[in-house]
Formats: sequence, C-alpha cells, structure tokens
Amino acid sequence: MNHKMIESGNVAAALAVRLAGAEVIAAYPITPQTPLTEKLSQMITRGEMDAEYVAVESEHSALAVCIGAASAGSRSFTATSSNGLLYMSEQLHWAAGARLPMVMCVVNRGVGAPWSVWNDHQDAISQRDAGWIQVFAKDHQEIVDMTLKAFRLAELTHIPVMVNYDGYYLSHTYMPFELPDAADVKAFLPPYEYLHTLDPERPESLNTVTLPDARHDVNGVKRGGYMDIRHNLHEEMRLAMEVWEEIDADFQRRFGRGGAPIFDLYQCDDAEFVVVAMGTLANQFRDVVDRLRHEGIKAGVLSLQMYRPFPSSHIANLLQSAKGVMVFEKGLSYGNQGALFADLKSALYPFPARPTLHNFITGLGGREIRTEDLYQAVKTSCEPGNQSSPEQTDTPQWIGLQL
Amino acid sequence: MPDPRFKVLTSASTSGPGDAGRTGSWRVERPIIDYSRCTPARTGKPSCHLCWLYCPDNVVSKSIEPTIDLEYCKGCGICAEECPVNAIAMVAEEEFPAGGKNEP
Amino acid sequence: MQQEPSRMIQIRWHGRGGQGAITAAKVVAEASFNTGFGGVAMAPTFGTERRGAPVCTSLKIAKGKIYDLSPIVSPNIVVVLDHLILNEVDVTAGLQPGGLLVINSPNPVETHALPDFRVAVANVTKLGIEAGLRKGIVNSGIIGVLGRASGLVDLDTLAACIAEEFRDRKPDENVRAARMSYAATQIHEPTPGGPDA
Repeated sequence: MNHKMIESGNVAAALAVRLAGAEVIAAYPITPQTPLTEKLSQMITRGEMDAEYVAVESEHSALAVCIGAASAGSRSFTATSSNGLLYMSEQLHWAAGARLPMVMCVVNRGVGAPWSVWNDHQDAISQRDAGWIQVFAKDHQEIVDMTLKAFRLAELTHIPVMVNYDGYYLSHTYMPFELPDAADVKAFLPPYEYLHTLDPERPESLNTVTLPDARHDVNGVKRGGYMDIRHNLHEEMRLAMEVWEEIDADFQRRFGRGGAPIFDLYQCDDAEFVVVAMGTLANQFRDVVDRLRHEGIKAGVLSLQMYRPFPSSHIANLLQSAKGVMVFEKGLSYGNQGALFADLKSALYPFPARPTLHNFITGLGGREIRTEDLYQAVKTSCEPGNQSSPEQTDTPQWIGLQL
Repeated sequence: MPDPRFKVLTSASTSGPGDAGRTGSWRVERPIIDYSRCTPARTGKPSCHLCWLYCPDNVVSKSIEPTIDLEYCKGCGICAEECPVNAIAMVAEEEFPAGGKNEP
Repeated sequence: MQQEPSRMIQIRWHGRGGQGAITAAKVVAEASFNTGFGGVAMAPTFGTERRGAPVCTSLKIAKGKIYDLSPIVSPNIVVVLDHLILNEVDVTAGLQPGGLLVINSPNPVETHALPDFRVAVANVTKLGIEAGLRKGIVNSGIIGVLGRASGLVDLDTLAACIAEEFRDRKPDENVRAARMSYAATQIHEPTPGGPDA
C-alpha cells in the first residue's frame, strides 16, 4: 500500500528517514533544516519512531555522535545546512576515511559571511572533496526515494552519503509525494552491518596514527598505509556509481520509480544545446526548453543527480557531440569558476569534437531566479556565432546581479 | 555488509603486542613489578590491572601476577605512572648487562 | 510535456505573520489535489516570517506535475486576508487582467472595485466570530470566499479538507466559518472592455 500526501520537503525527508529504520539521529537545528530534525525528534518522542535522538550542542558533535553510533553498529542519520555543514567539515573527512556508512541530508543554503538563510549550493560544493558521495534531489519524491537509496548505497559501499536538497524551494514548499510501504522498504534495505563494528570480544585498533608505508600487523597481515587507504577510497567511490545504478534499478523494480540515477534527461535525445544544472534549478529549465523547442531550437536539460563521484565518462559521452553546453550553478570555486563547470570541462577535454561551453552563476543567497532570465541566457548562448573565446569560456556570467 | 567488490581498506588491525613492530629494542628503562605491593599479586584476586589497561602496546598480561612481554615493551613507563600502589619501578637497562634487551 | 503556464492556476496569498495564510493555502492545495489536480506546489515567503508583518505565500495548481518552483510573477488569483494590507502592499502587482482579487474586508465590495479585475469580498473576520471562532481567525473563512468566487474546488471538498486540517482546533466552527463566508461573498465584475471602456 502506498501513502500519498502533501507535505513539506523537510517532512518528506523525515518520513523517509523513519522508513529507512534509522536508529540514531544526532542533529543540531539550523535554518532551513530545522523542521526536518524537529519532525524526527517529535516522532521519536511520541513513540512513532523507534530510534535514539541525541540532542547535541553543535554540528561537529552531531556528526561525531553519528560516527560513534555507526561504529557501534547502528544506522545513523544527521542533517544540516550551510555553516553547520562547514562546522562538521573535519568530521566529514573522518567518517569517509573510516568508511562509515551513514546518511546526511544537507538542506542547501548560502554560506556566511554575510549571513544568509536562503538557498544556494555553496555549502555542499565546498565539501565536495571530503570523500562523501553527494546526490542532489529536485522534488519531494526524489528526497524520499534518494534518501532510502542512499542508506543502501552507503551500506554497500561503506562510504557516507550526502543527500542534498534546496533550502526553501524544497524544504519549506508543500508538494505531493508518495511514501512506500514500510515492509517493502525493509525488504529493499537489509539490516545495517559495519565491517568493523566495535566489539569488546574482538578488539581492534582503528584509525590510529597510520604510517606512510604499508606494514604487517601482529598476525602477519599486510595493512595498507595512509596513501593506500586513500587510494582505495577514491577507486571505490568511482565504483559506487555502478552500485548506485544497480540500486536504482532494483528500487525501480520494487517501487516503480527511478530510471535516472546519475542524471535525469529532458529533451536530450536530439538536443544540439544542453543545459546542465543540479537540484530544483534543473527542473526550472523544463519550461525554458519547451519554449526554445517551440521556437525551433533543439535544446534539452541534463539534471545532474550525482555530483560526487563525478560521472565524467557518462556525461562526456552524452555531451561530446552537442553544439553547445551551458552549465548553470548556484555556487563556485572562488577565484576560478563554477565548480561543476570546471568538472564538466575536464570531463570533455579528452574528446576531440567537444561542444562550446558557457558558465552561468545564479541564485546565490536566494537571489530570485527568474525563468525569463534563464530563457534569455540560454537563447543567447544558442545563437550562431556566439562561440566564446577561451577567456570568455572560462569567465562565468552572473545572472540577476543588482550592482 | 559491503558489496564483495569493495575491499573497504581502513586503518584497522588486531590490537596486540607487536602491532608497531619489535619495539623491545627501543627501551631505555625497564619496568620491574614488585609483586609484594602489586594489588592482584598481593590479594590473589583479578583486580586493578591498570597496567594492563593503560599499556599502549598490549604487552602486560591480565594475570594474577601481571607479566610484561619485554620483546615488545618499549619502556614508555605509563604502567609505572598509572600503578596506584607504586609497584612498578623503571630501571635503567644498564642494570641488566647479562642478557640482551629482551632477556630478563 | 509541460502544461502551458496559462493552464496553471497561480494564487498569491497576502496576510500577516500568524494569520494562517500558509495553512489556508495548504488546505486549498489538498482540496485541489483531491479533486484531480496532480500538481500542486505551495511555497511560503522564504525566511522572515514575523507575527503581524505582511507575508505572502504562493500556490500553483495544475493538472500535471509542477517543475518551476520560482515565485509567482503573474498570478490569476490574489487572496488578501486583511484589507489593511491593501494600504501597505501592492497586492495586484502582476495580477493577470480579468484576474480575481479576494479580500477579507468589513467594507462593501464596491469600495474595493477595480476596473481590471474581478473582486470578491466578505467580512470574514465578523463571520468567523459568528461561527464561534476566536476573533481574528480568518484563514478558514477566506477559503469559502475563494471557493465561491473561483469555482476552483466545490464547497464540500473544501469543507472536508478544513475539517481535517483543523481537526484539533474547532473543526466544526472553522467549517461553519467557511460556509458562512461562501454564502456572504459579494462579487464585483471588471468593467467590460477594461478600464478605458
């Protein structure tokens, strides 16, 4: 039996976390994540969810508690936004290096200073190199489905997963979505097991000072050094893409939804010009694409669902034959360009016939993203002869500046 | 459990003497236990054992008379520092000329 | 394929923080969804809700899924929960010609008449008290006025959604307030041919 409802994105996430059977929740409230943790805390207090809610004094502690809980063999969840995520940064790297399976929702928000409670992607983008898998949802149904799939991905790969969704655009917006049946989720998501669960009967030395070189332990077993451990984290993150696709296929068989684990394509089959974006911004381009198609321009939009690991070969194979690609993003690598743009450009480099590229920065700190402005930006980029010079290609264009 | 394709290499190893190599040769001072003062030895009960608990290299046995594996004891002196009845003395290695560092 | 923007119903709600505009919009979202509108998206003003300050909420309703979550620029319907907001906020900004303006006001509809728009008025504050609600509870009543003037969702469906939403907070009185406001709604049609006619 399925359960349809209209609720906020934060409540959708909380209900998914309950369905996933998370056993330990540790979180510190921060706008716009707060209603998500409030809902979890409320369900636990009312006995509607069988889990331990650990109220902590900071985000750093929130993730530290999850690290402890995941090490002790419990399915763990936390959530944050913006500066809260950055306060966790040190622990993010720890959870990844220790290969602890856990899931965190990041309700994306601009990073201070100056303070902003509104949406952009700078929080997640700035943590892209922490060794966490990062996926981006663009509606409430994806928040639910991605969160459920994320637990399985984290547990199969032993790599933590960050489920990102746009602050306010999704967190505080009410939309319809469907919750799967608890028994079906249970069948989809086997019980949590960590490879190095703390056990007094089987003591282990974990993540102690690890020498530059590999060594043999007391039992004569060869143990990798720091570099070997980090190499494998990278290799297995790349392999995680395959597992994510398999999980999505299984999810689709069971629940009838899915089919777009790495990216969600709209009108891309014969597209000469492709817009690339993440989160709700990608969906906003559907109307733009319709309008351009109506005018005879073969445009499409590629919504990137998985940002880390970066699906470079998937994306390059799809885009190498396009005439033009426009990357729209809500964050950047300061002093360079949009982070997604740089990633995408590097993925396309090995292909001889690569498309013209344009980079647009939009919606930082909640600046209104007008669909009309998006249309104008794409249309201008599609015009013949509008091939940018190398310098222009590498210079992001800002939409909606009020300077 | 992880998918079989994933090795999940972490810094994890069985705790035990020798986890950091044959560290007995590092020793400058040797811990010597005075069993007339040592709590478990004196009472005959499996109690205290703080030396066993604190030893960073797991070289102290959790026995009624705790013993120290000198093959791996690097002479850090934490056991002597922690012993609540001052039963452990750190004695310079020069005092033991007869055997090698690993011989009592 | 997407629906044309023109086939999407866009309702902008103006109220004051604490007045329940979000709850009212949510009830209308539920009722629309229950009567076959597959796509509804209700987005509050982002970030700075304070009691008494003017706030606004967007509700988009369509037959198919809604992909564009950007704020409403040109609504078909504007709902005003407190007529004094008319002095502070340009509530008809972007309202499509012939669009509907719904106002809770103690004044007769003629005093709010506008050449370009249909205007619907009821004294929801007074009717709420008569229905047995505490003074100032207007969000259930305004749904009745909107339902009557827009014909978007029938009154019984709205009443059922109100009863569900307010199940712990005087459901019968809230439903009564909506029904009374529905019955008391006055409508002023736009001037035929527009303002220059």
